[in-house]
Parts: sequence; C-alpha cells; structure tokens
Amino acid sequence: MTERIIIAGSGGQGVMLLGKVLVQAAMLGGKQITWFPAYGPEVRGGTSHCMVVVSDQEIGSPYIGQADTLIILNRPSLEKFKSRLKAGGLLILNSSLAGFKGAKGLKILQFPFTDIAMNLGNIKVANMVALGCFVAAKKIIDPDNVLEVFKSMAPAGNLKILEINRQALKEGENLNHG
Amino acid sequence: MMNNKKILLSGNEAIARGAIQAGCGFYAGYPITPQNELIGYMSNHLRDSGGVFIQAESELAAINMVYGAAASGARAMTSSSSPGISLMQEGISYIAGSALPAVIVNIMRGGPGLGNIAPAQSDYFQATRGGGHGDYRLIVLAPDSVQEAYDLTREAFYLSDKYRVPAMILGDGVLGQMMEPVELSVKKAKMGDKSGWCLSGCQGRQPHVVKSFFLREGELEKFNLKLQKVYRRIEEKEARCEEMFLAGAEIILVAYGTMARIAKSVIMRLRNEGKKIGLIRPVSLWPFPREAFRAAGRNTEYLVLEMSYGQMLEDVRLAVAGRRKIEFLGRSGGGILSEGEIIDKIRSLIRKPGGRK
Repeated sequence: MTERIIIAGSGGQGVMLLGKVLVQAAMLGGKQITWFPAYGPEVRGGTSHCMVVVSDQEIGSPYIGQADTLIILNRPSLEKFKSRLKAGGLLILNSSLAGFKGAKGLKILQFPFTDIAMNLGNIKVANMVALGCFVAAKKIIDPDNVLEVFKSMAPAGNLKILEINRQALKEGENLNHG
Repeated sequence: MMNNKKILLSGNEAIARGAIQAGCGFYAGYPITPQNELIGYMSNHLRDSGGVFIQAESELAAINMVYGAAASGARAMTSSSSPGISLMQEGISYIAGSALPAVIVNIMRGGPGLGNIAPAQSDYFQATRGGGHGDYRLIVLAPDSVQEAYDLTREAFYLSDKYRVPAMILGDGVLGQMMEPVELSVKKAKMGDKSGWCLSGCQGRQPHVVKSFFLREGELEKFNLKLQKVYRRIEEKEARCEEMFLAGAEIILVAYGTMARIAKSVIMRLRNEGKKIGLIRPVSLWPFPREAFRAAGRNTEYLVLEMSYGQMLEDVRLAVAGRRKIEFLGRSGGGILSEGEIIDKIRSLIRKPGGRK
C-alpha cells in the first residue's frame, strides 16, 4: 500500500497542519511517511499545499506527480491541482468554497467542511472535518491514532481545543461516504 | 505502538538537532530559503545547550565568525543555500588553509545566480572541487533521508575535528523541507582535545598561531604537502556509500541524496519485473567511493542520475576510467526526474544492448 495525497487550500486554512496530523497518526500506526510542504512565498489568502505519502514500504520521492487522493479546501487550489489526480483517484472537496461537477473515473466526496466547522463553533477546524472524511473514506489510518496526535499537539490543559477538534474529526467520519 | 520512539522532523530541523547533539558550540548564519528552519531552530535552541547563536549581517560575516570560533576551539557551524554558499567561499578557503575544523551546510537550490528556491544538486562541483582558491578539499557528506541528515551532521563534526578539515553537509530543498520520522541519539558527544593548537589564551605557555599565510620561501609548499597527506588519508579511510543489488546487475544506477530515493523506488519496481538493476549511492561525495565501481561485471553499464546536468558524472567517469559504458540522465533548475522518466531511459538501454556508443 502506498497512498500519495496532495492537500491544498488557502493559506490560513490549516492544510500544513492537516498533513502533519495525518502523517503522525500514520506513524503511530506503524506506517512509513513523508510530508513535503510548498515552501515558496505562500501567504494568507493565497494557495498553499503539502504533499503526503503514506506507505508500508520505504518511500522514494516525497514529491507527488500524480496523486491517489486530493484533499482540496478552496477553489483556486482545485484549479491548480485537479489535473494531478490519477484516474480512479479520490477527490475530497470542501463544497463550502468550491464545486466540482463529476468527472469520469474519479471518486468525489464533496461536503461543506467550512460550514460544518462554523456550526461546531470554530471555522478553523474545517481542516479536521476534511481529515475525518479522509480517515473514514480510505481506512488506512486509525481514528484513535488521530486523537492521540491531537492530545500530543494541543496546548496542555486546553480541553476546549481538544474537544472541538475531536468533534470536527467525528463529523467528518460520519459524513456519507457512499 | 510502533515507531513511538521516533519524532517527526524536517531535514533542516534534524541537521540543527544533530549539530546540537554533537556539541556544536557556535553557529552563525544568514537566512535564505530553503534552509530557514535550520537557522530558526538554532536561534531558538542553541543557547539552551550553552552554545552561541548569531544571526550575522551577511554570509561573509557568518563564515568569518565561524573561522574565529573554530580557531578558538569551538565546534562551529554555519548553513546556507547555494547563492549564500558562493558568498562564503573565501572564508571556507581560509578555514581550510588554517587547518581548522568547521561544518558548513548547503541546502542546495536552483542556480546559477540567484536562481530560484526549488531543490537542485548543481553545487556538486563547488562542494567537491573546492569552491574557493587553493589546493584544498572539504569532506562532503550527502544524506538521503531526514534520519541520515541527523546522523551525518554528527559524523561531520567528528570527521572535521579528527582531520582538521572543514566538512560540508550537502542536501537540497527536498531534503531540507521534507518531514520524516527520526530516532534521536542519546549518546553524549565526544569532544576531542584541541588544547595543542587552539587559541585559548596563552598565559603560561607559548602562543599558538592560527593562520593561512605562509610567506617565507618553501613554507607554503611544506604546508600544502601536509594537507595533501591528510587528504590521502581521508581518501583511504573515509569513503562511504550504500550499495544495492550490485551482484549480477546489468545496469547500475548511480545517484546521491534526494535523487537516490527516487532511484531506489525505480529499482524496486523494475526488480519486481525481474530486471537486474543495482544502485551505488555515494554517501561521501568527497572522498568519492571509487572502490564501489570496481566490482561491476563485464557487461554492466552505469546510469548516473542527478538533479544537475552532469557533475557527479565526472567522478563516476574517473572511477570507471573507461572500463564500462556510462549513461547520464539529469534535470535541474527545479526539475526533478520522475520514476517514469528514469524507467523510460532504463528500458531504452535494455532494448538495445551494446547498440550505443
């Protein structure tokens, strides 16, 4: 198993963090991982992305030409990366900020991650709703390991932050994955 | 849980942590992408272990501060990326000419000139031939993973101290930026004794002199011959490489750093099809691991892969000395060879055995 994932969105939407949480949860599950960020002059409001590889074997290039999965949080990122999804690949799309009419041979999961996050009370956790969606759709990462990573990352004693991220992940997992 | 001893680090952070773990007592640097996390980590953490951090006003200042710190006996280090390393060449030559240990990290980006910030391997000549003036060498180590970046940084300090020759860690933007799991060492750094030559205050003893200036007739030649002797010893003892599937290989890929990772993926794919493909991955670029090129069978060909237009290629030619065919594939200026491009090239070599010049 080797899963190549491009995660993209607007600077400020937490796409780097989404990738870091994903790879650390995969690490806890005994997987090999690489995480490779866009490191140009990315700014809040522009596009930003990271490339994540999760595998049972040693990983060669951390750079991804054709991805197995795209996790896309806004429209400019969709335009930039939609051609990078391989045939039969999975597109996880934030329908609050972008829409995509079905293309042949792609699996598409569109949900309003931003709206779901706002309903939870914090727009910043839209990234973790998307992560939950990925975790449930691909089943290569144990959601319990994601919770472990939350615990290790959250500021000590800030249970509110931990709880809302936990809720966001759960909301994402519970979306209908067809 | 597996992997629970490992933590997630970028290559840049791993180099910084490896340096601190190796007892680095002085760091000076000037920011440049794609190695900023390295100087960033040093600015936040070097003081905690009793070291001195300085953000210098320029790369020239940084390398000359390293020169001074090394002369005073500290384990000293700087880091930069290609254009910044070019600016440091005078200082590096002076450090080599003063027989001082120091560690210089180059996280390469696209060139020439200001180039861009994309990963590249086009500073190989500069690193291995001595980018400054004079007959000198750097020990050059090229990690291909974040774990190795951590390990080889520590090694660079030990080798540099052992031979009093500056050492360079040569990585690229991918290696610096990429995050991977790393197992940190808990071993305490071994500090060598430098009291015989370093500038530590000469009360009660003869003054030590550290200089790269030898004006009296014959003096500089004598010093150079001493350096050459050290370089020969390093060539004998310190060449290192990783070898994969060399026995019976029809094509041996030669690649270092990031390019070697991609080569390894290619090898795994093609060996599953029964193709006899091997790999030589030089870990030390100087000294170049020449011996690894002696074992190849009569019909073996080499395919050198680089993120440059053929720089390590020259060392492979020197090592092979005309005995085997050598092919080359490279991209630079931000281009990275994909597995597909390499496989296409290999298939074209297999299709017409012996049919090329």
